[in-house]
Amino acid sequence: MTMTMGEAAKPARLRPWLAGLRLQDKARDCALLVVPPLITIGLLLLLWQMLCSQPGASLPPPSKVIKDTWQLISDPFFDNGGTDVGLFWQILASLKRVCIGFSLAAVCGVALGVLIGQSSFAYRGLDPIFQVLRTVPPLAWLPISLAAFKDSNPSAIFVIFITAIWPVILNTAVGVRQIPEDYRNVARVLRLNGWEYFFKIMLPASVPYMFTGLRIGVGLSWLAIVAAEMLVGGVGIGFFIWDGWNSSLLSEIILALIYVGIIGFLLDRIIGFFGRLIAGRPI
Amino acid sequence: MRGYLTIEQVGKTFDTQSGKFTALSNVSLAIEKGEFVTIIGHSGCGKSTLLNIVAGLSRATTGAVLLDGVSVDEPGPDRAVVFQNHSLLPWLSAYANVRLAVDKVFGKTKSSAERDEWTKHNLDLVHMNHALHKKPDELSGGMRQRVGIARALAMQPKILLLDEPFGALDALTRAHLQDTVMEIHQATKSTAIMITHDVDEAVLLSNRIVMMTNGPAATIGDICQVGLDRPRRRLEMADSLEYARCRKQVLQFLYERHAKAA
Ligand SMILES: Nc1ncnc2c1ncn2[C@@H]1O[C@H](COP(=O)(O)OP(=O)(O)O)[C@@H](O)[C@H]1O
Ligand SMILES: [Mg+2]
Repeated sequence: MTMTMGEAAKPARLRPWLAGLRLQDKARDCALLVVPPLITIGLLLLLWQMLCSQPGASLPPPSKVIKDTWQLISDPFFDNGGTDVGLFWQILASLKRVCIGFSLAAVCGVALGVLIGQSSFAYRGLDPIFQVLRTVPPLAWLPISLAAFKDSNPSAIFVIFITAIWPVILNTAVGVRQIPEDYRNVARVLRLNGWEYFFKIMLPASVPYMFTGLRIGVGLSWLAIVAAEMLVGGVGIGFFIWDGWNSSLLSEIILALIYVGIIGFLLDRIIGFFGRLIAGRPI
Repeated sequence: MRGYLTIEQVGKTFDTQSGKFTALSNVSLAIEKGEFVTIIGHSGCGKSTLLNIVAGLSRATTGAVLLDGVSVDEPGPDRAVVFQNHSLLPWLSAYANVRLAVDKVFGKTKSSAERDEWTKHNLDLVHMNHALHKKPDELSGGMRQRVGIARALAMQPKILLLDEPFGALDALTRAHLQDTVMEIHQATKSTAIMITHDVDEAVLLSNRIVMMTNGPAATIGDICQVGLDRPRRRLEMADSLEYARCRKQVLQFLYERHAKAA
């Protein structure tokens, strides 16, 4: 009560000053967010520059990386045919594969997760299989999928699929199993049918869990695509890195690694964003 | 013995790891239309079990429940339940929680505008029209329970089933909600069964208080007919002889005849 009276009693000429203060607050919050990472990045670059500038250093310093790759950085869109295309196209090719493989994994993963979350028979039958299969390293699937699909592109997509699906299945199943008995009872009293129950109760109640799985899944897919592309070749950031290694273009590899990291980070944030949007609460 | 709701020789046995456990045996009760009945008994005696059987959420092992002449064997909106912990869907606003029930029950018989109106009308009855668009976690415990009651009322059930709806609330909030429930009962002439462990609440609200013996194999030990006129006013109860008599009867049952070492 005293607080509100104090507010009201403030002289009018203080207000613009307060508004200015609030703007300053915003600027300070922003600076607090941006300045520390800038400082650490600067320090790391400096350290790297010093360590790699000595004679006999086996890796190029950042200044040399930028000089060597300036062409690639400044023109990501060139297309000389074959695998000789700009980084934009390389990354786009990888993202396309991840997008297809991951979407398939998301759909199948949610469906299977709902199945084993809902039915304890399916859970008992499938969970042991899933627990074993999910420990198989992504690349171990590659030879089998190459043999099955007889083509590199679907094989790479399959590797993404099989990598991303496990966390989606398992987290969705946990999400479905944790739906409180009370919500089921509400559905029973209202006599919701299967579809109504699925869309009105099960989906919203387990969506945070699903997105946790999707987030882990997208991270794993991005890890796997780079490795898979190294092996199958073609346009894509993974093969670009492998090609750089074969041609001893260390600077190009370092640039590609930075791009891979940034894209991976963005993928994670995008899934997180959609999760928040759909669930209407932080995940 | 025939009533609007008839519970006939109901028994319930659970299969547990340590063998069979008989929670209820031989429970018979008839409730008239418009009656407000409370069930009181020590914790764990089987009150929720009985209410869930009436709701159809759980099946009786023996005996039967009849509502308006029809045997109850599955849950349905004609027996709306107000759960102890409100059980509102946290991703829906107060309005949307009630509207979900209204859409499901009246989707075919009322127009969209009528359903909107009916939803608001029921939230109005529980005095929640000021917070239609708040999510459950933005509401206090008492307000959530009000929305839970509105959702149940909105189904226009034949009977309202309340399982310790005010158990988790503080005394003052509780008193407000009791008043609201009395208002609604007066206005809608609804039939209701409410579980409580609060003797004053039972006497204030009920036409009859059903007292249950301690489990296992709990059954109805005694029934207290509350001869107080409606509308009842909380303050006048302090001087009422009938109120004092009922209160004493229930207390004696709970603490002398069927005391529980706890
Ligand atoms: N699903 C169940 N399985 C086994 N025992 C149960 C189950 N539900 C309730 N019980 C037992 O039945 C008795 C009555 O429980 P309940 O009806 O919840 O009591 P209350 O009167 O407190 O509501 C308790 O002893 C409880 O342990
Ligand atoms: Mg109970």
